[in-house]
Amino acid sequence: MEKIVTRHFDQPNSHLLETYLKDKGYEAARKAITQMTPATVIEEVKKSNLRGLGGAGFPTGTKWSFIPQANPKPKYLVINGDEGEPGTFKDKYIFELDPHALLEGIIITCFAIGSHKAYIYIRGEYAKSLERVQAAVDEASKSGYLGKGIMGTGFDIDVVVHPGAGAYICGEETALLESLEGKKGFPRLKPPFPAVVGLFGCPTVINNVETIACVPPIINKGAEWYAKLGSEKNGGNRLFCVSGHVVKPGVYELPNGTTLREIIYDHAGGIPNGRKLKAVIPGGISAPILTPDQLDVKMDFDSLKSIGSMAGSGGIIVMDDTTDMVWAAMIAARFFAHESCGQCSPCREGSGWVYRNIKKLYHGHAREHDLKNLPGIVNNIGGNTICAFGDAITMSVGSYVSKFRGEFEAKIKKESVCRI
Amino acid sequence: MFTADYIKELDKIKNKYEQSRAALLPILHFVQEKEELITPEAEKNIAEYLGIPVVHIHEVVSFYHLFHQQRIGKCHFSVCQTTACALRGSEEIIAYIEERLKIKPGETTPDGKFSFGLVECLGACEIAPIMQCNKDYVGILDKKKIDELITKNS
Repeated sequence: MEKIVTRHFDQPNSHLLETYLKDKGYEAARKAITQMTPATVIEEVKKSNLRGLGGAGFPTGTKWSFIPQANPKPKYLVINGDEGEPGTFKDKYIFELDPHALLEGIIITCFAIGSHKAYIYIRGEYAKSLERVQAAVDEASKSGYLGKGIMGTGFDIDVVVHPGAGAYICGEETALLESLEGKKGFPRLKPPFPAVVGLFGCPTVINNVETIACVPPIINKGAEWYAKLGSEKNGGNRLFCVSGHVVKPGVYELPNGTTLREIIYDHAGGIPNGRKLKAVIPGGISAPILTPDQLDVKMDFDSLKSIGSMAGSGGIIVMDDTTDMVWAAMIAARFFAHESCGQCSPCREGSGWVYRNIKKLYHGHAREHDLKNLPGIVNNIGGNTICAFGDAITMSVGSYVSKFRGEFEAKIKKESVCRI
Repeated sequence: MFTADYIKELDKIKNKYEQSRAALLPILHFVQEKEELITPEAEKNIAEYLGIPVVHIHEVVSFYHLFHQQRIGKCHFSVCQTTACALRGSEEIIAYIEERLKIKPGETTPDGKFSFGLVECLGACEIAPIMQCNKDYVGILDKKKIDELITKNS
């Protein structure tokens, strides 16, 4: 299988410009700027069926075409590297092992949308990533790949590396813009969408790191080549992050549409200690959990959606048959309660309520009405908040309760002790 | 007040941005790097430097968990407690750290050498269970690694 995003990962010093230049480095950017127009670049990316790999799966070329070119304000590209979705750790590898692929993708994207400034927002915990990407920006600037009139083409581009400070919600694109503007990460009400009113009130494209790293190979080898690699409406490969109860946790680059079973058993080595799989989260903690009978699902945006889950960020968390699902639901609920930004009441209050309720169940202190109330609380968060975080609580925690109801029921305190 | 040299460093950060307030997170990181925490005094100075009300600085400092308003230990453990780490035994790791350091999450040892906190996913689930020891990621944690870190930093 042909590797795309991970193609340089096993080369020594893959993060250095010198290494990157050896394999057609920055040739795609040169080709785009000198031989193509912004419109043809966007058309090519549309044809490739590249979709947003941060989790939403929105067609990338279409997103770029939303930037109003008649708007006289400056345009911005913001790279979302606030990788915080539990179970996801792929962007870190791109930052650390192939930062120039990201920078080249940024140049091409900026050319396509008419932007001359890009911000790379990297979560604050990723100290090594921040260091590596900054070093790559410095190196590329020194050698004329970033800055004024890059590669003698007359195209200007300035790239700023921006550190986050530890808040999951800043991975939500409008919260990320707020954070980048120096505010707390409260998601914005949409519309207006960032393509029209984004960073500093200007038209802005926000893309995931992996998505942008796919752009140079598409320009070099063509949209058809890329589209053929994946499934029908989801071109190319994807970095799947496998963690939890598997023999070989790690990042695996595989074509979109590979089955979940293949990823877990053929690539990640299956479940350790001869145990059986009990449940699996297919796309980061926000994705509804799947059961063993659903392992033959193809891992792409549309197939996962059709069985009521989502491909999300590509984070696969595997649980074996020793896992207490009420405990697992409690951990997920605690995560949401901890990371709710506090802007909307249903999410701020609901996330804590859900967590306390499941915690009570797990510790055996809950009565029947606690479990009876749980779906009602969970379902009243989603759809009632500004951003999709509330929906994630409903989808994720709700799926534990509906798919493993028996385990929840078994935790209900049976005897009624009355102490006077 | 910030010294002239300090302001020169801050200017370097601020000049990267179209709007000065956008430099707030990197400036807070810079200040915390130097002073180990963000004091009310520092908040006031940053507010003055950026020309925005101090309440906006404080709400940002208290919103993001990487900024510390209290002094933490010289060696700070941020232990991940989310799903992938929990499946691989983070609860035992947390209990062991509590036992060894004789402190609870959010506390600092009396000698100021160690502190620890519980955090959500650090984005390194492939080496779970993990924690950060200050900025360094320490993965596939076990009691031995905790012991080594404690001995090294005592």
